[in-house]
Amino acid sequence: MLCQICGKNPASVHFTEIHDNKMSEIHVCERCAEEKGMHTPAQQHKFEIADLLAGMVDAMTHTDEERVGHVQCPRCGLLYSSFKETGRLGCSECYTAFQFQLRPLLRRIHGDTRHRGKSPSHGGAGESGTRQIQRLHDDLQRAVEREEFEKAAGIRDEIKRIERSPRATTPGERS
Amino acid sequence: MSAPRDFTELFSSSASWLHGEGPHADMVLSTRIRLARNLRDVPFTHRARDEQLHGVLASVGSATQASKALAGGLLLKMQECTAIERQVLVERHMVSHELGDGARPRGIYVAPDDRISIMINEEDHLRLQAMTPGFQLAEAWSLADTADDDLDRSLDYAFSDEIGYLTACPTNAGTGLRASILIHLPALVLLEEIQRVLKSIMQVGLNVRGLYGEHSEIMGNLFQISNQTTLGRSERDSIESLERVTRQIIETEERARERMVRDARTQLEDKVWRAYGTLRFCRSIQAKEVINLCSAVRLGVAMGLAGLPPLRVVNELLVLTQPAHLQRQAGKEMTPSERNVHRAQVVRERLEAAAREPRPGKPS
Repeated sequence: MLCQICGKNPASVHFTEIHDNKMSEIHVCERCAEEKGMHTPAQQHKFEIADLLAGMVDAMTHTDEERVGHVQCPRCGLLYSSFKETGRLGCSECYTAFQFQLRPLLRRIHGDTRHRGKSPSHGGAGESGTRQIQRLHDDLQRAVEREEFEKAAGIRDEIKRIERSPRATTPGERS
Repeated sequence: MSAPRDFTELFSSSASWLHGEGPHADMVLSTRIRLARNLRDVPFTHRARDEQLHGVLASVGSATQASKALAGGLLLKMQECTAIERQVLVERHMVSHELGDGARPRGIYVAPDDRISIMINEEDHLRLQAMTPGFQLAEAWSLADTADDDLDRSLDYAFSDEIGYLTACPTNAGTGLRASILIHLPALVLLEEIQRVLKSIMQVGLNVRGLYGEHSEIMGNLFQISNQTTLGRSERDSIESLERVTRQIIETEERARERMVRDARTQLEDKVWRAYGTLRFCRSIQAKEVINLCSAVRLGVAMGLAGLPPLRVVNELLVLTQPAHLQRQAGKEMTPSERNVHRAQVVRERLEAAAREPRPGKPS
């Protein structure tokens, strides 16, 4: 497969983008990826957290930076500016307190901001049920994208079954 | 399986990840699954007060006793261990450098099945790990997943529906999973193809490190390969992708070995036997040299050369010849040059004992 930008070199970097629930794939060569500033998660890792944050902060005005730095976690008292220095959050509540700053950071680190793995088994049943349905919808979308229609139909039935049941079951790892 | 009752018993038993068993054991030394977890109501370790960390030690301790997979193991508190004992645990890959500093209320819980352990109050409150010999990602995942489910029944984990398991460092948030394999790639190094392979490993979003984790030097042609991201994909996806890539690496290394054997069998055997000779008769030797010579011997074992020690002995030498293991075994602190002499003695004795044991020449 040739690079979709220059059309000359073989495409060795592959991206999947999802916009408005539509998935598109981009295949480019390393040189074009670099020129266009497209990074794979592995390349991103070369930067330390501090660099990532510095990069983000560069894009802000001075006042923005000051404001962000002074955001404080109401539970543990950690200032966002301290997180920037150490790369460590103070408590689980920090994720909520700094959610607007963390979201772009998480996207840069992981290429995503949404958890798709297992969840604690003893959480509130309603909440867990919602999560399970959400995950099944993700799976459904992926199955359709991969044209695995039989699997998709199975997932759709599963969603219906859960939505119909009065007490949503706790989710396990997707099989 | 019975648990060690104290550090001395733990020290005298050999870590099971070194046993040289399991699929592809002649290339993949071990497989590890690590899960990062925190308690919802306690600040992350670096922001918690000492008494809160004591509380975490106690909660995790009692949660292990309520778990079928974990009950009856050994909880070692770092502050109650000597510096050498802590370092022994680091050398065995049971605890990290951070946990091994002994400055705060931290600990390690070793389950009766010593493939499972929990670092307590590391960067995260819990770092649950499952380590198996050989290439056994599914088995290691199943061990860790079961233990995690058990702990989850007693502990209130920090978790959000959107971000998943919440960790002190956002690089671990989501699944909190680090799946890794320790793999020996001498042929790719010798044929100078390793850079190309490592580059492609990193391109698919995996990470490569040395024998002793982050920032450690690549020694003895040993590489740790692990997943990089923890958010946006399920545990199963991350593990499957590491599994797939590892299979490709194994195949590439196998082909490189075949080529080497075909084109330079004599030189290769010469290298193996010289390495073995040095180890068998040395009188003073550094840890790094042992690791590098063991790499050649390990390759010889994989080639099926008769008369070499079994994989288990070669693997155990990697750990037994580290500074803290030597000093603990000798029962005293030693200078580096004293250690070199003692190390040579340990290596000679181990290899001599292995040479006396009757066994088939081919690796099992």
